[in-house]
Amino acid sequence: MAVTTSLLSVRDLHVTYRTQGGSVPAVRGVSFDLAPGETLGLAGESGCGKSTIAGALLRVLPRGTEVTGEVLLDGEDVLAMKPGRLRAVRWNEMSIVFQGALHALNPVQSVGDQIAEAIKLHRTSPDSASRIATLLETVGIPARRAGDFPHQLSGGQRQRVLIALALACNPRILIADEPTTALDVMVQAQVLELLERLQRELALSMIFITHDLSTLSYVCQRTAVMYAGRIVEAGVAEEVFARPAHPYTAALAAAFPLIGDHTHRMNPSGLGGDPPDPRAIPSGCPFHPRCAVVTPECPEVDVELWPAGDDRRAACIHVLDGTRP
Amino acid sequence: MSDALLSTRELHVHFEGRGGAPARAVDGVDLEVRRGEVLALVGESGCGKTTLARSIMGLERPAAGEISFEGEPLRYDGRFLRSYRSKVQMVFQDPMGALNPRQSVYEAVAEGLRIQKVPGDEATRVAEALSRAGLRPPERFVHLYPYELSGGQRQRVVIAGAMVLNPSLLVADEPVSSLDASVRGEILKLMLELVRDAGVTILVVTHDLGLAWNIADRIAVMYLGRIVEEGPAEELLSNPRHPYTRALLSVVPEVEEMEQLILQGEAPDPTRIPAGCRFHPRCPLVASGEAARLGIEERCRTEDLGLEPVAPDHSAACHAL
Repeated sequence: MAVTTSLLSVRDLHVTYRTQGGSVPAVRGVSFDLAPGETLGLAGESGCGKSTIAGALLRVLPRGTEVTGEVLLDGEDVLAMKPGRLRAVRWNEMSIVFQGALHALNPVQSVGDQIAEAIKLHRTSPDSASRIATLLETVGIPARRAGDFPHQLSGGQRQRVLIALALACNPRILIADEPTTALDVMVQAQVLELLERLQRELALSMIFITHDLSTLSYVCQRTAVMYAGRIVEAGVAEEVFARPAHPYTAALAAAFPLIGDHTHRMNPSGLGGDPPDPRAIPSGCPFHPRCAVVTPECPEVDVELWPAGDDRRAACIHVLDGTRP
Repeated sequence: MSDALLSTRELHVHFEGRGGAPARAVDGVDLEVRRGEVLALVGESGCGKTTLARSIMGLERPAAGEISFEGEPLRYDGRFLRSYRSKVQMVFQDPMGALNPRQSVYEAVAEGLRIQKVPGDEATRVAEALSRAGLRPPERFVHLYPYELSGGQRQRVVIAGAMVLNPSLLVADEPVSSLDASVRGEILKLMLELVRDAGVTILVVTHDLGLAWNIADRIAVMYLGRIVEEGPAEELLSNPRHPYTRALLSVVPEVEEMEQLILQGEAPDPTRIPAGCRFHPRCPLVASGEAARLGIEERCRTEDLGLEPVAPDHSAACHAL
């Protein structure tokens, strides 16, 4: 993707948390581009750094966290913005739908008031009851529910309120961090349908973060798969899921078996071992201790995202020797 | 009659609801768990599947109906339940919550043996259970504490604690949903091994149809306190007959080439179970007018119904069938 067409361009992003136990490198050199109107998926398991990226883009990480690299929004570096400029960008240009519909809302404030507050905080224009009503209707909640408190709403409705909150200031970029994870399948489908419609109608660009590769394959155009703080594979979402080039992507994809595919019938497949501790990332290819096709050089070679076919890149030495799994 | 290890007959479990009306969490369930099978009990949250599992464990008392294990009705006195729970064990969703943080792996696995006063060499049994659960060599794990283990290892400890008593039935409530995706398959593999090698029967409660495709012999689909469809896993997933099962299957991202049938709203709460077919207010057949064309709409709205056979060993509760 040429840089000129990017709305958002992330360059060599590193994020290191400072904890009492020492430094924790959560993101270790991540670059990607988001084109206008595009939905980009960021996939990976807990601890891979995907939610940290969301926090870094909006600069909402804990104080003291070290962030380097560039987050270029229309060419302007978000990481270098002064507080006033940042406030103008946050929510007005780029906003986030958090995971956990229950905990992200204030339990003792009506949902209408929470939306009003978001508008007041980030905008100079006065909020109005009609704006709140419109936002609620946009996400499929009757405007008369504006006076309801979160506990009066179902899980799916609360997730819709969070989406309305994120849309409060007409952003161009929406970051959705596991927006459907805690929801039932049917409600999940409703929320995905809503996000898809909003993206189309409001011409939003979206970064969709989840561990669920199968969901990404149908909501995103492109997907990046993360492991141990880096992108290990990137490409067209459906293709990445259907024909993974990186052994980790293959294992992750297999965790979401296609119903009807007899290779998975009575044959669950998973990965041995566990995702690495960010404080003790294995040498060479960080995936090598769990990899089914590991070779003696894997712990030695510094992998990078090499071309792996049409519009695809993968950080595995097997894509170089043509024995891609 | 097939070889039922456990069965429920006309089982009803109620809770006190808000404003007087009882919540009919389980509302007339006839379910059979057959010896040596993996049965997946599938449904959305609030459908009553966890309550059904808990009542099978003897943790909830039925308002009506009966549970039989090996042909004998479940009784609720302490002595019966203690011996029952050596034969029926439960694995919960969150292994961190199921393990005592101050208990070593050894203590956690040995606990069941001590409660049941199982004679014989405790250390040997614990070691066997750990290695059967894939924690090998067991001596590497016995002295560890839950915080020193990964999520997958913790769930293996919970499974070892259940298997140490050599139960005939394992009830697993969402056993992998709190685990990382890449680790899930390993735990599911272990469950299949336990069926094959240890002869255990498994009732797995899940919202995940992909999981059912991975490990289940049969599937029972639950909606609002009732089983609405039941059958062999392959047959049910390739030829779902109940409109609810169809809708559920159509929204699973792991199903290709099926038109999405997104139901509106969420399931009503079990204090207000609709009259007639309990699914009719959300049923696509009713909404699209198909039920009216078939001349059954009136029955959908007024006539409650049970499971009827639709194919060999496959049954569903729908007026359109």
